[in-house]
Amino acid sequence: MILTGAQILIEELIRHGSTTVFGYPGGAVLDIYDELYKNSHRIKHIISSHEQGASHAADGYARISGRPGVVIATSGPGATNLVTGIANAYLDSVPMIAITGNVAVPLLGKDSFQEVDIVEITQPIVKHNFIVRDVNELEGIINEAYALAENGRKGPVLIDIPKSVQKAKCLYHGDFFPEWSPRRAAYNLDKAKEVIQASQRPYIYCGGGVLASGAEEEVLALSKRLSAPVGLSMMGLTSLPHSWHLNLGMCGMHGRYASTVAQSKADLVIAVGVRFSDRATGDTKEYSKRCSVIHIDIDEAELGKNIPRIIEVCGDAKEILTSLLKDLPEKSNPEWLQTINELKQKEKEAEDGDSAAFSPKNIITAVSRYCKEDTPVATDVGQHQMWVSQYFPFGSPRTLLTSGGLGTMGYGFGAAIGGCVASGRKKTLLFTGDGSFGMNLNELATAVSQKLPILIVVFNNGVLGMVRQWQGMFYSEHYSQTTLARATDFVAVAKAFGGDGKSIYSLEQLNSELESGVWGAGPFVLDCFIDKDEKVLPMIPPGGTVNDIILSREVR
Amino acid sequence: MTGEYGAARFTVGLIVNNHHGVLNRIAGLYGKRGYNIDSLSVGETENPNLSRMTIVSTGDEYIKSQIIRQLSKLYDVKAAFLLEKDMSVSVEHLLIKLKINGSGNASVTELINSYGGKVLELCENFIIADITGAPEKIQAFIEQAKPLGILELCRSGALALSTGENHMLGV
Repeated sequence: MILTGAQILIEELIRHGSTTVFGYPGGAVLDIYDELYKNSHRIKHIISSHEQGASHAADGYARISGRPGVVIATSGPGATNLVTGIANAYLDSVPMIAITGNVAVPLLGKDSFQEVDIVEITQPIVKHNFIVRDVNELEGIINEAYALAENGRKGPVLIDIPKSVQKAKCLYHGDFFPEWSPRRAAYNLDKAKEVIQASQRPYIYCGGGVLASGAEEEVLALSKRLSAPVGLSMMGLTSLPHSWHLNLGMCGMHGRYASTVAQSKADLVIAVGVRFSDRATGDTKEYSKRCSVIHIDIDEAELGKNIPRIIEVCGDAKEILTSLLKDLPEKSNPEWLQTINELKQKEKEAEDGDSAAFSPKNIITAVSRYCKEDTPVATDVGQHQMWVSQYFPFGSPRTLLTSGGLGTMGYGFGAAIGGCVASGRKKTLLFTGDGSFGMNLNELATAVSQKLPILIVVFNNGVLGMVRQWQGMFYSEHYSQTTLARATDFVAVAKAFGGDGKSIYSLEQLNSELESGVWGAGPFVLDCFIDKDEKVLPMIPPGGTVNDIILSREVR
Repeated sequence: MTGEYGAARFTVGLIVNNHHGVLNRIAGLYGKRGYNIDSLSVGETENPNLSRMTIVSTGDEYIKSQIIRQLSKLYDVKAAFLLEKDMSVSVEHLLIKLKINGSGNASVTELINSYGGKVLELCENFIIADITGAPEKIQAFIEQAKPLGILELCRSGALALSTGENHMLGV
């Protein structure tokens, strides 16, 4: 069959299951959008307010569905507006296909109107990228892009398609699936098994790789088999149900007390699909001196990158854990579990506060009562993100959309839109702050036009809370540019965009609004006014160790 | 984590797609991760679709292992391998333009001969010579040539092959 480049693109997107795409039209993608128009019964396109929003929507779509999210943008500014979204997907290993138009091949390199070298710009933040100079290469490249995005350590791939290639015609095959053969040596679990047998205080540390691999059940089985507590990186947060008593929750700089302290007391850390980020691990030099580390990861370059002297196991987490569990004897570590219980008790005492206070924890708990196990939960970045990570009772895997590695303020709304669409338009939750919400609230327009049931809970404290917290603790309370002194009325903003909202000043009012069924028809803003001096605790100061942990009360 | 084993020079061999932009990706990775490139040479292989690069860097065991692992992840890299000193041969090419006016003539040709070099151009005021050898030898030649008056020079960077029987394009 002879097709144009634009037609080949649409056929291949559909063939690979990408029947919902996000994007924004423009001059250099007119041919692609003409094909989207003609094929609207086969492929749905959702237009955002800004290409950045579309890129985060594709990211959110991928996190919920587990399949690559697709975003389309025009050349020049359209392409550069994707950069933050692509970097975000790269740092969190989210599969994404970004498609950009470009000027016609003869105009490339001549500083033509709306021309940028997006392949060069995005080179350090993609798994790979392509510019298609000949339409005959297009079909193969699209297939390579999907294979790259979805296999091994997942990530974004960009395809830059000049306008002349979109128009050019060639033979279309429609039956191409590239083979994927990982380039790595076979793993050996003997050493790992030996160390596990010898350990008395095992601790399992899970990250996003568990979710990417679908190894949640295996992790739970390992935790049961070894009587080992589990700590989670932010990216790994939904890999175990909240209800599992050995799930200690997030560990790290702002991790839960028991989770972080237990990690430091362990004599063995079994790390699965994590990269020992500085935010999650603290002082990496000392780390493997006090315990053995078995590091399981699909990306060989992560093994030994941040933590030296580890037992390396390179490969797919589910496959490795399955094979590990085959003949691993049970362990009971009564003393260790006693220690864990004591830590949890201490944590509970520190966290217990006034149950009627209009505090972040109480707000999250109140809202969570109206959620189902599979409700998609998006966050932006800052204090509210940490509170959600600490306190939200996640029930099932891949329900959290949050910007871990890049820490992108403004990520949440786009992600919530993509996640909501991917979930089959389930009621979706967005926790945000007044700072983050201000960055990309233009996507209210998208949520309204798509009639998406997104509940937006704004932690409104009038300040950039996380930066302010650091200024308060480490910069002599010099609140430089973090006191916003704005007069933005988010409820009025929501209404102006065609949505709705309510200002909320108390827990009682919050509960009665939730009870009255505000969550359902379209985007609804609950603008919650909280105290500007609420802090994220516990906290390990930067560069510190678990001995320096700051708890809410004087509990150490 | 650097410094644990001490920094040393090491050579990496790469088989890469012979495609525009590939050099940028390799150099970009070194830049992004903060690895130093002491020399880099690149040329087509017997298979026109593949190029071979030889990159000399300085770093400890940690950097060595990270460079190989990070390079191996690149789509355009078909193989990345260390060329250990005792398991490989390494050669560099030097073109050098030396002054020869007046009395310097004899000592210049003597020096070139003692390094087994070839004279490519002999003019009234200068001579262009071609020296080939291990990078240390090239460095030694340059040091000795300095007092004679170097007008300009150009080094190829190291080229290296393993002394094993492996057939790298079989990757």
